[in-house]
Amino acid sequence: MSSPPTVPLRPLVRSRHREFLVVGSILGLLAVGFPLSNAHGWMDDFTITLWGKYLCYALLAVSVDLLWGYTGLLSLGQALFFSLGGYMFGMYLMLQIGMLGSYAKSGQNPNGLPDFMVFLGHTFLPAFWRPFQSFSFAVSMVFVLPGLLALVFGFLAFRSRIKGVYFSILTQALTYGAALMFFRNDFTMGGNNGFTDFKFILGHSLVEKGSGPATMRGLFVVTAVLLLLVCLGCHWLNGTKFGLVRQAIRDGENRVLFSGYATANYKLFVFVAAAMIAAVGGALFVPQAGIINPDQMTPDKSIEAVIWVAVGGRGTLIGPIIGAIGVNALKSWATHAYPDSWLIILGLISLMVVMFLPGGVVSLPARLAELWRRRRPATAPATGVTKPAPDRA
Amino acid sequence: MSHPILLVEDVSKTYDGFKAISDLTFYLYPGELRTVIGPNGAGKSTFFDLITGRARPDKGKIEFGAEAGPNKDLTNYSEYEINRLGIGRKFQTPSVFVEHTVYHNLVLSIKGNRGVFASLFHRLSSTERDRIDELLKLIRLDNKRNWKSGLLAHGEKQWLEIGMLLAQEPKVLLVDEPAAGMTDEETHRTGELLISLAGRHSIVVIEHDMAFVKQIARDNPVTVLHQGHVLCEGKFEEVQANPKVREVYLGRGKHGTR
Repeated sequence: MSSPPTVPLRPLVRSRHREFLVVGSILGLLAVGFPLSNAHGWMDDFTITLWGKYLCYALLAVSVDLLWGYTGLLSLGQALFFSLGGYMFGMYLMLQIGMLGSYAKSGQNPNGLPDFMVFLGHTFLPAFWRPFQSFSFAVSMVFVLPGLLALVFGFLAFRSRIKGVYFSILTQALTYGAALMFFRNDFTMGGNNGFTDFKFILGHSLVEKGSGPATMRGLFVVTAVLLLLVCLGCHWLNGTKFGLVRQAIRDGENRVLFSGYATANYKLFVFVAAAMIAAVGGALFVPQAGIINPDQMTPDKSIEAVIWVAVGGRGTLIGPIIGAIGVNALKSWATHAYPDSWLIILGLISLMVVMFLPGGVVSLPARLAELWRRRRPATAPATGVTKPAPDRA
Repeated sequence: MSHPILLVEDVSKTYDGFKAISDLTFYLYPGELRTVIGPNGAGKSTFFDLITGRARPDKGKIEFGAEAGPNKDLTNYSEYEINRLGIGRKFQTPSVFVEHTVYHNLVLSIKGNRGVFASLFHRLSSTERDRIDELLKLIRLDNKRNWKSGLLAHGEKQWLEIGMLLAQEPKVLLVDEPAAGMTDEETHRTGELLISLAGRHSIVVIEHDMAFVKQIARDNPVTVLHQGHVLCEGKFEEVQANPKVREVYLGRGKHGTR
C-alpha cells in the first residue's frame, strides 16, 4: 500500500463553490444587464417581464429541488405555496386599485372594494382583508401563512412517518383541496377569476406608459436578487452539518434515525423553508404576471415544477434554475408555434430525461466527457487504492 | 453480578400470527461481550428491532439500566431517543450513507448535539477531528477518507459502519452479523476489535460464522435463540456440545411446530 495521499478535508467544497460562483455570476449579470438593456431600449418590455416570471418560476423550482433533490421528499403540491404567497401579496395589490376599478368609475363602488366583491354584492371589505392595506403586513403574510400551513401539514405528515409516494399523493390532495376552496366565490378570494387588473405597487404604477416599465424593471431586479439570496442560502446550507444530515435522510433515513437524529424535525424544517421560498416566488410573480387565480393551485402546475427540476438536474443548485427558465422559454415558444402540441412536447421531454439523462441537463457535460474518455484507449493503468473517488459533479 | 445494563423480560412479538419472539428473557451486564447465535428465523434481528425501538413488543419488559436512578423503559422511547440514551446498532446489511464520503459518514456519527439548529451552526472541533482521524486509522480507511462510501467493498462498508457506531460512543453496541462479506483475515481483525472494545462497552453480537463466534466468545457466554426464545446459554464449548443445539442446527429430529 502506498503512502496516504494528501487530500483536502472537504473534497466536495471546491466543486460546490464553483457551482455557486456560476449561479451567482449568471444571476448577477441578469439582475444588472436586463434592466439596463431594457432602459436603453435594447430589450422590449415584454421580454423583461417574461424573464421576471421565469425567475419567479425558478424560485419555485429551487424550493422543489430543496425538497426532492436534496431531502428526497417529492412534493407534488409545491405550487400551492407559490399560489398562497401570490394570493397574500395579491390581496395588497387588489386593495391598491381603490377607486380606479371598473365599478368605481361608474359610481357603483363608493367604498373602493375590489371589483369581484362588488359583483358578489359586498358593500364593505371583509374583516380579514383590511390589514392587507398595509404593504408590510401583506409581505409578512407571504411568509407566515404558507409557512404555517407547511408547519402544520408537515408536522402531521412527518410525525406519522408518511413517506415516498404517500407523501406525494397527500401533497397533491392538499393543493387540489385548496384549489377547490379558492374556486368558490363565497371564499371572497376572487373565485375562479382570481385577482387581476392591478394598478399600483407601493405607489408605483404597474400599467402607465411611462412609469409602468420602470416598475417592472424594479420588480425584475428584486426577483433576481432574491433568487440570488435564496441560492446563497442553499449554498450555505449545503456546507453545514444540516446539509449532510438532510442528504443522509434522502439516501437512508433509517440509518439517520438510528444515529440519534430526529429526522422528522429535519424534514419539517426543510418543508417550511421550501414553502416560504415558493411563496416569495409567487408573491413576485403576481405583479409581473398581472394575475393570480386558483388554476395555479391545480396539481398539474406542481407536477410541471417537478419536471423543470428533473430536466435541469435535481440535487444541484443550478439545475432547477436552468430547468425552470429552459422549459418555460420552450413553452413560450411552443405554445406560439405549435399550440396544440405543447403537452406532448413536455411529456416527451420528461420521458427523455428520465430514460436517458437522469441527472438532467447539468449532467450533460460530465456525461459527454465520460463518453469521450471511454472512446480513447486506456493509457494509464488504474492507480489502485489511493485513487480518490470521483466526486459527484 | 452487578446491575444489568440491558434487561429483557418475558418479551413476545407476533407478526401476522407468526411468533417472532416468544417469552424471551435476556440480561446483558456492563462490559460484557455476548454472542447470540441461532438458525435463520430464530428472531435474532427482531430481537434487535425490539431493543432499538424499531418494533414494539406485544408484551414484556425491555429496560435500559442507568448508572444512577431507575431503569429506563425502552418501549416508551423512539429510535433516535434510544440511540441518544447510548444504544448503538449496526445493521445486518451494511447501512452507510452511500453518497457521502467516508469522512462525512463519521462526521454525521460523531457524538454531539443532534438538534436541527445545532446542526446548522455546528463546526467540527479539533477534538472531534482528532477522534475521526483516530477512528479512520482504527477501521483502516484512513487513505479512503474521501471516497464516496458507496464505492467501498462490502467488508470495508462493514468496517465503516462499525466506525460509525464507535463514533457515537454508545454504552451498548448491538452488532448484527459484522463478519458477513469479509475475508478470513478481515473477519479475524473484526473479532480482535470487538474483543478490545468489550469492557469499555457492553456488546451483543449476532453471528452465523462459527469460527468467528469461537474467536470472540472465548470465556464469554453465548446465547442460542430458537423460534423466538432462548434455547440455551453458556460457554461456547458447552453450547456446542448441547444436544438441543445440535438438533436445531443439524436438523435432526423435529423442527418444532411449523
